[in-house]
Amino acid sequence: MTWIIDNLGLILTLTATHLQQSLIALVLGVVVSVPLGWIAWRYRLVRGPLIVLTGLLYTIPSLALLMLMPALFGYQATQPSNLVAALTIYNIAILVRSVADGLDSVDADVRRAATAMGYGSTRRFWTVDLPLAGPVILAGVRVAAVSTIALATVGTLIGVTNLGYLFTNGLDRRLIEEVFAGVVATVLLALIVDGILVLLGRLLMPWQRATKTASRVRRPAVVAGSAA
Amino acid sequence: MNLFADALRWLLDPAQWTGTYALSTLLGQHLLYTAVSVLIAAVVAVPAGWLIGHTGRGREIAVAISGAARAIPSFGLLILLVLLFGVLQVPAAALVTFVLLAIPSLLAGAYTGIEAIEPRVIDAARAMGMTPWQVFWKVEFRLGLPLLIGGLRAATLQVIATVTIAAWVNLGGLGFPIIQGIQLNRFDQVLAGALLVAVLALIADLLFALAQRAAVPAGVRAAGGRARDEPRTRGALRAART
Repeated sequence: MTWIIDNLGLILTLTATHLQQSLIALVLGVVVSVPLGWIAWRYRLVRGPLIVLTGLLYTIPSLALLMLMPALFGYQATQPSNLVAALTIYNIAILVRSVADGLDSVDADVRRAATAMGYGSTRRFWTVDLPLAGPVILAGVRVAAVSTIALATVGTLIGVTNLGYLFTNGLDRRLIEEVFAGVVATVLLALIVDGILVLLGRLLMPWQRATKTASRVRRPAVVAGSAA
Repeated sequence: MNLFADALRWLLDPAQWTGTYALSTLLGQHLLYTAVSVLIAAVVAVPAGWLIGHTGRGREIAVAISGAARAIPSFGLLILLVLLFGVLQVPAAALVTFVLLAIPSLLAGAYTGIEAIEPRVIDAARAMGMTPWQVFWKVEFRLGLPLLIGGLRAATLQVIATVTIAAWVNLGGLGFPIIQGIQLNRFDQVLAGALLVAVLALIADLLFALAQRAAVPAGVRAAGGRARDEPRTRGALRAART
């Protein structure tokens, strides 16, 4: 415990950096995935190739992706933005599918009713389709957030500082306590962000409680993932 | 693109294919660690997953395990176990890490495979007079196989990625040229290692995808019944990333 108490400041600073890197990757992932997911949902022909392509990117191990992308696009591998870019790619792979699945889950009758009431396609997308796809998208965002936070620690291998620093530094100094603190801080951060996302979902989608049976059909499967 | 030419030149240099750190040796280590740990994990997790799927009991525990596992940083777990086991026991510590990381996907694959089966199908099997064992072996096992292979696929990819990182603790494997290259500032070597790892993962993924397709029973394929179950269950098999 002494190491943790003596280095609380360091742990908190690293946690803040870690959170910042993860959140940027998450927000970028959502921003790119909503239009891509919509395209996948709207144009059946594009859907297969798009899902396959993002799936293949998801298959590439992180350390390899962290080295391949700088080589392809000609930037420095050792900067934080490289880590954020790789995490964003993984998030897109998870979220494009969630957005397409979410839009699938919207009742066609509801969509027709909106059209009948005179909603144009843009207004219908933002006020009907996207909110109703919300629960499924949120499930994907939760998976993306938690795995991003766990995965970001790999950044320390390429010299990007975050909670992963406690792992490499702890190994060098043979300090089990330091490594343990890093693991616990990462897991706690992931759980807290996950909890905030759940609360945010309740605030933004109050109708979910009323129609719980509808959303329950899909939720368990997405939550039940594997990971590390 | 010059970098890629350098990486290719490095790969084709005969010096990389001889000695202690010959690429063939590193590849062999990578495959061996992956195969052994996924196999051990399967022996533990698959029967447990089947039991959960068959009885419907303990499902919450399985969901909780796979959900919580996602939050654990694999690199941190590896380092923690290496320090706990002692630095001389790196291979054992690494193997335990890989097994632990592979279990959630396999558990999820085994139980979702059985859970996704239409309850009426099971009822029909019972009504035909099948014993519980026959229901499992002739119906649940066969129909759940594609999703089980999906779990195997996710677990394998996760372990391949984690073995790469484990080069940091001198485990060898294809992560070695990457980690060493970063330290030496040899980016031809780093890129070559990254390409090898990526190709290995993609080939493994492709093979499992084919196996998954082949595992769908002919009758189900004819009825086109698989597609309906997919959106509900595939999320469960989404592997964690390492």
